[in-house]
Amino acid sequence: MADLRVNFAGIKAPNPFWLASAPPTNSGYQVQRAFEAGWGGAVWKTLGDPILNVSSRFAGTSYNGQRVAGFNNIELITDRPLEVNLKEIYETKKRFPNHAVIASLMVEPNQNAWHEIVKRVQDVGVDGFELNFGCPHGMAERGMGAASGQVPELVEKQTYWAKEVAEVPVIVKLTPNITDITATAYAAVQGGADAISMINTINSLAGVDLDSWNTIPNVAGKGAHGGYCGPAVKPIALNMVAECARHPEINLPISGMGGVSDWKDAVEFMLMGAGSIQVCTAAMHHGFSIVEDMIDGLNNYLDDKGIVNLDGIVGKSVEKYSDWGNLDLNYKVVARINNDTCINCNKCHIACEDTSHQCIDMLTDASGKAMLRVREEDCVGCNLCSIVCPVDGAIDMVEIPNGEPMTWNERQAAIKLPV
Amino acid sequence: MHLNRVKNKKISLDDLRVNFHEIEPALTQKEAMDEANRCLYCYDAPCIKACPTDINIPSFIKKIASGNLKGSAKVIMEANPVGASCARVCPTEELCEGACVLNDASLPIMIGNLQRHATNWAIQNNQQLFKAGDANGKSVAIIGGGPAGLSAARELARIGYEVTIYEAKEKAGGLDTHGIVSFRLPQEVSLWEVEQVENLGVKILTNTMVGRDIGVDEILASYDAVILAIGMSKVPMLGIEGEEAEGVYDAIDFVENTKTPPLDHQFIGKKIVIIGAGNTAIDAATCSVRLGAGDVKMVYRRTEAEMTAYEFEYEFAKQDGVEFRWLTQPTKIVTNEHGKVSALECVRMELGEPDESGRRRPVEVPDSEFTIEVDAVIKAIGQSRYVSLIEELGLEHNRGIVKINPETHETSNPKVYAAGDVIFGDGQGDAMVVTAAQQGKLTAHAIHQKFISADKVAVENA
Repeated sequence: MADLRVNFAGIKAPNPFWLASAPPTNSGYQVQRAFEAGWGGAVWKTLGDPILNVSSRFAGTSYNGQRVAGFNNIELITDRPLEVNLKEIYETKKRFPNHAVIASLMVEPNQNAWHEIVKRVQDVGVDGFELNFGCPHGMAERGMGAASGQVPELVEKQTYWAKEVAEVPVIVKLTPNITDITATAYAAVQGGADAISMINTINSLAGVDLDSWNTIPNVAGKGAHGGYCGPAVKPIALNMVAECARHPEINLPISGMGGVSDWKDAVEFMLMGAGSIQVCTAAMHHGFSIVEDMIDGLNNYLDDKGIVNLDGIVGKSVEKYSDWGNLDLNYKVVARINNDTCINCNKCHIACEDTSHQCIDMLTDASGKAMLRVREEDCVGCNLCSIVCPVDGAIDMVEIPNGEPMTWNERQAAIKLPV
Repeated sequence: MHLNRVKNKKISLDDLRVNFHEIEPALTQKEAMDEANRCLYCYDAPCIKACPTDINIPSFIKKIASGNLKGSAKVIMEANPVGASCARVCPTEELCEGACVLNDASLPIMIGNLQRHATNWAIQNNQQLFKAGDANGKSVAIIGGGPAGLSAARELARIGYEVTIYEAKEKAGGLDTHGIVSFRLPQEVSLWEVEQVENLGVKILTNTMVGRDIGVDEILASYDAVILAIGMSKVPMLGIEGEEAEGVYDAIDFVENTKTPPLDHQFIGKKIVIIGAGNTAIDAATCSVRLGAGDVKMVYRRTEAEMTAYEFEYEFAKQDGVEFRWLTQPTKIVTNEHGKVSALECVRMELGEPDESGRRRPVEVPDSEFTIEVDAVIKAIGQSRYVSLIEELGLEHNRGIVKINPETHETSNPKVYAAGDVIFGDGQGDAMVVTAAQQGKLTAHAIHQKFISADKVAVENA
C-alpha cells in the first residue's frame, strides 16, 4: 500500500486528487460529499463579488457516440454571498480537518480588494488560496480572470498583493489562452507565488445547432464563448504542465489539471511534474465516486512498480521532455504487424496508403489467407498504423539499429565547424 | 437473427395475431447509434465481400452514425432492391456478420439489424429512394414479381427501360410477401419494396399468370427481352397413401395463409406433424406453434446432422418447443371415417452408405413401424418446378432448373433471361432472397450491356 499523502507547497492532503474550482465545489454540501467519497482536497468555487449567472450554461461535445469528450461552460464565479460560502468553508474544514480546502479567489486588479478578500477568507481557516487568473469568459470582460491572467505584469502584481497578507500558501492558476504559458508562470514566480496550477479552460464555442442555427449552448438565441475542458484538452494541459516543469526559472510546485479522467491520466501529469491533480469534468460526468478508482488505480500502479510514495513519480519524466532540436535524427522505428493478432480490418493499410508513406501491402499468404505486411525499408516510423489499429498488440513499433545518435542541434553545430 | 434479442416468447391463444408480430425488436435509436459507432469502418471490408449483393456495409453504417439515414438507406437499397427484407431474412451469421473482423476481437456488428434500422427510417419517412431513367425506347417483360424480378425491374427502370412485371398472385413480392413467416418479415416491408419499384413506372400486372391469362407467344413477341423469375412451385407429392386427405397441407400454402388476415383458429390445441427438416419445414412448425397448436413435431428420415435448416432456425424451433423425430420415415397418412387425417404411420430408419448428395442414405429398420396421432400433416420436403411454363417457353432445363449462361443469365433463347430460384439447383446459386436479388440485378445489367453493344454495332454499320 503506497503512501498517497501529499504536501503540496505546504498544503497537506490525504491524496493528490482534488476537485478543481468549478460547479462541483459550489457549496459545503457538495465538498463534504466529495470528501466522503474520497477526494483529498477541493478548491472552492471562486469567491469574489457575487455575480449573476445565465440559464443554459454547459455544453458537451460528443465524438462517435462518446459523450463529454469535451465540455464547455459559460458559468461565472460563485453566485452566492461571500458570508454563506465562508460559513460553509468553516463547517467543512471543521468536519474534515485533514482534507485540503483551498479557496479560489478573483477580484479586480486592486491591492485593497485583494487584501480584503484574502484576509476575510483566511479568517475561516482555509489551507491555501488559488488565484483565479484564468476564467476565460464573462469575468474577463470585466478585467478579471483571464484578462488579467494574460498580462504578466498583472499576474505578478496581484500575486504580490495576495502574498502581502496571505498566511497560507498561494497558488496561481494560469490561463491557457496565451501563446507561451511560461511567461505568466514566470510572472507568478516573480510575484512570490508558492505554487502554480494549470490549466484553466480554453476559449471555446461548443457547437452550432443544425436546425435553429443557434450557438450551443445558447441563451435566448445568443451565445458567447465559454471555457473548454474535459478529456479533449488533456494533451494541451499536459504540454503546458511539462513546459513549466522543465523551465529552469520556474521552480514552483505545479497542480496539474485539464482533462484528467482516471488514474492513468493523473500519473502522466505527475510524471510531467504535477504534485497534485485537480479534476472537474470527469466528476461532472460521473459523480464523485470516480475518485475511488483514481486512488485505487494509482495505489496499485505504485505497488506494482515498487514505488512507496508520490515523490517516486512526480517529475520523473520532465527531463525526457525537450526541444525538437535535441531529438536523435538517426533513431529509427518501423511498424511490424503481428498476423496472429491482426483481425484484417485493413485500417493500417488505407491510413498508410492514403495519408502516410504507402508502405503496408495487402497480401495473401501461402494458405490463401489475407495478410498485411510492412515494407520496412519504406516505413518512416510515423506510428499512424499503430494508432488506427483497433486491436492491441497487432502492430508493434520496433526499433531498428541505425547509426550513431545525432540531433539536429549537433548536426548544425557540426556543419558550422571549420573543415 | 440474434436469439437473445427475441422478446415476447409467449404464445397467445386469445389473439393469434400477436403471435405473428415481428419477433425481434427493432434497434432503439441508442442501440443503433452505439452499434454503428462500434463498426471499425474497415477498408476493403470482408462483410462487403460476404454480401451476395455487395452492399457497402461500412458506408451505410457510417451514415447511420453520422445521422445521414437517407444516405444510409440509399446505399443499402442501391445494391439490393429488397434490402429491407434482406435485413430481416438473410442468414447474416453465414454472410456479412460471419465475415465481420470483430468476430475475432469481440462481437460482430449487428449488420442485419442496422440495415433494418436504416431501411425502417426510409419506410417510415415515405422516402422514394430512386428515380426512373430517361426512356430509352426498349421494353422488358418480367415473369414473376418476387425478389429476382423486382430487382431486375428496379435496375432496368432506373436505366430507362419500360418494364412490365407479370405476377400470378394478387400482390407482388414473391416469397418475401407470401412465403416468409410474418414474425420474421412483416408483409408491409416487402410491399414497400414493391412500391419503390412501382414508383419508377414499372407496370405490375397482378393476378396475371403467363400461360393462363396471357400467352407465352404474346409475351415473347411484345418485348425486347423477357426475364423469367418465376421461382419454384408447390411441395412435391410424398407418394404415400392418404396424401389427398383433408388435413394434409403444403408447407408453402400453410405459411402463406398466415401472411394475410384472418388467421386460422382451427389448429388451436391440435397435434401437427411436419414432414421435412429444411427451413420451410421449420417455418411451418413455428407457424403451427403460433397458430396455437398443442403439439408440434417434425419428422425427418435422416438425422440432425443432415438437416438442411440453418442452425439458428433449428435453435429457434427448439425454443418454440417443437419436437424433433429423427430417422423417421412416414409411410401412410391414416384418415378417420370423415376422411380427415387422424394418424401418421412411420418406420424407423438408420443411416447407411453415403448417397449421391454425399449424405448418408437412410435405410428402413425392419419391423419398426409405429403410429403418431395427428390432426394435421404439413409436407415440407422441398419444392417442385414450373416445368410446363418453362417448356412452353421452349427453354433448355434440367428437371425444371433453367439452364443459363452464368455470365449473362441468358437462357437457350437469347431473348429470354432467367434469375432467382428458377435457376437454383445443380450446384448453381443459393436459395436465398439475397441471391435472387443479386441475380436480378446482374440480369438487368447483362440485358443493358447487350443492347448497348448492339447499338454500337448499329452505329458503326450505319
